[in-house]
Amino acid sequence: MIYVVIIFLWTAILLYLTLGGADFGAGILELFTSDKNKNKTRKTMYRAIGPIWEANHMWLIIAIVILFVGFPKIYTTMSIHMHIPLVLMLLGIIARGTAFTFRHYDAVKDEMQEVYNKIFVYSSFITPLFLGIIAGSTVTGRIDPNATNFLDAYIFSWFNWFSFAVGLFTVTICGFLAAVFIIGQTPETSEKERFIKKAKAFNIMAVIAGLLVFVISLIEKIPLTTWVFDNWPGALAFGLATISVVILWSIWNTERTNLMRFLAGFQVTMILFITTWKHYPNIVLLKNGEALSLLQEQGSEKTIDTLAWALLLGSIFILPTLVYLIYSFQVKQPKSV
Amino acid sequence: MDDFIAARSQMALSLGFHIIFSCIGMVMPFFMAVSHYLYLKTNNITYRNITHAWTKGVAIFFATGAVSGTVLSFELGLLWPKFMEHAGPIFGMPFSLEGTAFFIEAIALGFYLYGWDRFNKWFHWFTGVVVGISGLASGILVVAANAWMNSPAGFDYIDGQYLNIDPIAAMFNDAWFSQALHMCIAAFVATGFAVAGVHALMILKKQSVDFHTKSFRIAAIFGTIAAILQPLSGDISAKFVAKNQPAKLAAMEAHFHTEKNAPLIIGGIPNTETGEVKYALKIPGALSFMAHGDFNAEVIGLDQIPKENQPPIAITHYAFQIMVGIGMLLMAVSFAYFIALWKKKNWLTKNWLLKLFVFSTPLGFIAVEAGWTVTEVGRQPWIIKDVMRTIDAVTPMPGIIYSFYMFTAVYISLSIIVVFMLYRQIKMVPQLYDLPKTIDDKP
Ligand code: HDD
Ligand code: HEM
Ligand code: HEM
Repeated sequence: MIYVVIIFLWTAILLYLTLGGADFGAGILELFTSDKNKNKTRKTMYRAIGPIWEANHMWLIIAIVILFVGFPKIYTTMSIHMHIPLVLMLLGIIARGTAFTFRHYDAVKDEMQEVYNKIFVYSSFITPLFLGIIAGSTVTGRIDPNATNFLDAYIFSWFNWFSFAVGLFTVTICGFLAAVFIIGQTPETSEKERFIKKAKAFNIMAVIAGLLVFVISLIEKIPLTTWVFDNWPGALAFGLATISVVILWSIWNTERTNLMRFLAGFQVTMILFITTWKHYPNIVLLKNGEALSLLQEQGSEKTIDTLAWALLLGSIFILPTLVYLIYSFQVKQPKSV
Repeated sequence: MDDFIAARSQMALSLGFHIIFSCIGMVMPFFMAVSHYLYLKTNNITYRNITHAWTKGVAIFFATGAVSGTVLSFELGLLWPKFMEHAGPIFGMPFSLEGTAFFIEAIALGFYLYGWDRFNKWFHWFTGVVVGISGLASGILVVAANAWMNSPAGFDYIDGQYLNIDPIAAMFNDAWFSQALHMCIAAFVATGFAVAGVHALMILKKQSVDFHTKSFRIAAIFGTIAAILQPLSGDISAKFVAKNQPAKLAAMEAHFHTEKNAPLIIGGIPNTETGEVKYALKIPGALSFMAHGDFNAEVIGLDQIPKENQPPIAITHYAFQIMVGIGMLLMAVSFAYFIALWKKKNWLTKNWLLKLFVFSTPLGFIAVEAGWTVTEVGRQPWIIKDVMRTIDAVTPMPGIIYSFYMFTAVYISLSIIVVFMLYRQIKMVPQLYDLPKTIDDKP
């Protein structure tokens, strides 16, 4: 049953990264859109993400609940040593979620809209940045449970170039996902071209940020290159991801928007696979050379069993309805919008 | 303020904030569904307008409730890691089921908010009902988790180890039923009176009277029925607390000396040094009756509880008085309303009845906050009753005080914005809904 729980955890993180990522990306795109196009972008985006956006951040909650029920030691270690970036990320989540709703539901549309917009775009940037920083920090090996001073315990665990580079990389991936997702969402050609341009730009930025991650890993002596290349699944995934980028670039000007989305999602899946495969089952690397392992830190057997059943039972209810929701608003054309 | 107090204050602040939104998120969908049903049955456009207006309210509260809830699920670890390390695997079951309930709620809300005129109208209505039911289910589940802290179950605590964990037994701990029942009814009382009060005010101001009268009636009926049931369920809770947590009961009642035929103390200023309560109204025997159903039963007083295991007495006592006082008051208002509905129809046109409701607008929520203060402060110094002390659970990270200030600032600004938005929502009612409207516009 432990494997059921691990699969759910991994899937929840992946879905949060792709669906939630596209959602953050929508705000990031808005940040990089000229004023004259902002309104239009906003409308297209709202149509695209409005109905499903509440469901998106549920993936994060599921991942957190799995962690604190199934792997409490991992949850509490992260909570203690990542306290500061977690709080900053939470502030981003609060600001973003509320601003998004407020700007849509405010009964009077006046200058307040500008305030909501500002909050929305900046928090869309901050949240994935810190999410990436936290993710990066799990593998830097700087988390030190035996630290005796404040800086080592609570700051240097995450405040380093590598984590920041991963944060930046996450931000560009989110922008990229959002742009690719929205291409298929707008019927107008000029709009479409604008989003294709954005998607290309963010893809290039993501590659640059990715290289930056590698370069910094070399400088900071984090053996990232060996993790990726010294085992065939890692290398294969890297190869497939590269091929999918090439395919994506060859179809920008076609109508195959669903293929584009698939390829973008595939790339993110491969990235998450590469970064977790080699360490599995370790998910947090500690300073003393030890690691927190999903297989060693699990809660009691009965806890894991009931958790697995709860997750399986939940998905029987959730998946069909979620698919129908997405189908209703994406595939089925609305009678009027 | 030291870090420990800061952590407790931040937790209390976040929960106190979340509970308001979650109560509304749990209860408003039912109001919405009723007015939607009336619209589908009668085709009266006012009901459609009410449904639209309330739907906007639900969307605003849902989003705020969801983000504040997400914050909470992190804060449990950020502030109480030692607690979560042991408690997570034991009391996590309701949280993982709650995840399902939230998910269904969010999906149903997606259908409901964006589904006007897209789906079969009864299917669309039904998704609104699902929002309400799954909201209620999450409320029950999360309260079951809290109840576990008051009445730990589902594990054996041997030499500091948590063994033989059974998450299902932990979920169905002894306190879950009385707490969940009381909480759900409280959500209906608080939301019902808050919504009814706002509409009553607008009727008094003679604005969009038809709209507000119809809305008032739906909210008031829910609120008043719940307010009459609430003291009954409160009595069940009190009896349970008397058995399960005598220290909490003694603090609630400022009951210093163990005695038979114990008096119920109403109001008053407890003096913890001398063990006296000044200026209080005392009803002989009533506490014995309330706690054990027998006027002569012995009620354990604070004198039987070691000093280091006593909760803060004054806070618990005042909070309990506030809750019960409001409970009695709202019950009285509710009876007046029912008399008006059945016997004295002419009261319904009188301003004093509406004014009573306007006065009651915030009371339900004040009682909710007070009730939680009783539960949480009354459990101190334990975070898990008789197993783990709160001070042993707090994070080692220093400087929590700054995080407390920051969250306070954030929550205060959010509250201001939400109030401001609701004010605008209500101000716009005449412009949005008084004109005759075509059937296809959307909320
Ligand atoms: C509208 C709100 C409201 C009203 C009018 C009342 N309560 Fe209450 N009360 C709550 C809202 C609430 C609450 C916020 O929902 C609590 C906190 C924890 C819980 O389960 O419910 C609660 C807790 C709570 C507890 C503590 C339970 C525990 O710690 O396990 C007791 C003994 C009572 N209540 C008793 C009463 C009585 C005798 C009332 C008589 C009128 C009353 N309540 C009215
Ligand atoms: C079911 C949900 C709840 C859970 C799991 C929960 C959990 C906790 C935890 C872990 C603490 C910190 C430890 C402690 O001080 O004992 C706490 C404290 C507190 N909570 Fe709750 N709580 C819940 C509901 C609420 C609600 C809705 C309120 C609303 C006002 C509330 C009010 C407080 C207060 C006032 C404290 C501080 C008590 C003190 O430090 O004296 N709680 N709660
Ligand atoms: C007595 C206390 C509580 C009650 C009655 C309650 C109830 C609810 C309800 C009904 C919702 C749905 C939101 C809405 O419809 O607006 C909600 C949201 C949420 N609550 Fe609470 N809750 C309580 C305490 C807690 C605690 C202690 C936690 C932390 C672990 C928590 C975590 C969440 C989360 C993560 C959400 C967001 C889910 C979503 O996206 O819909 N809640 N809560």
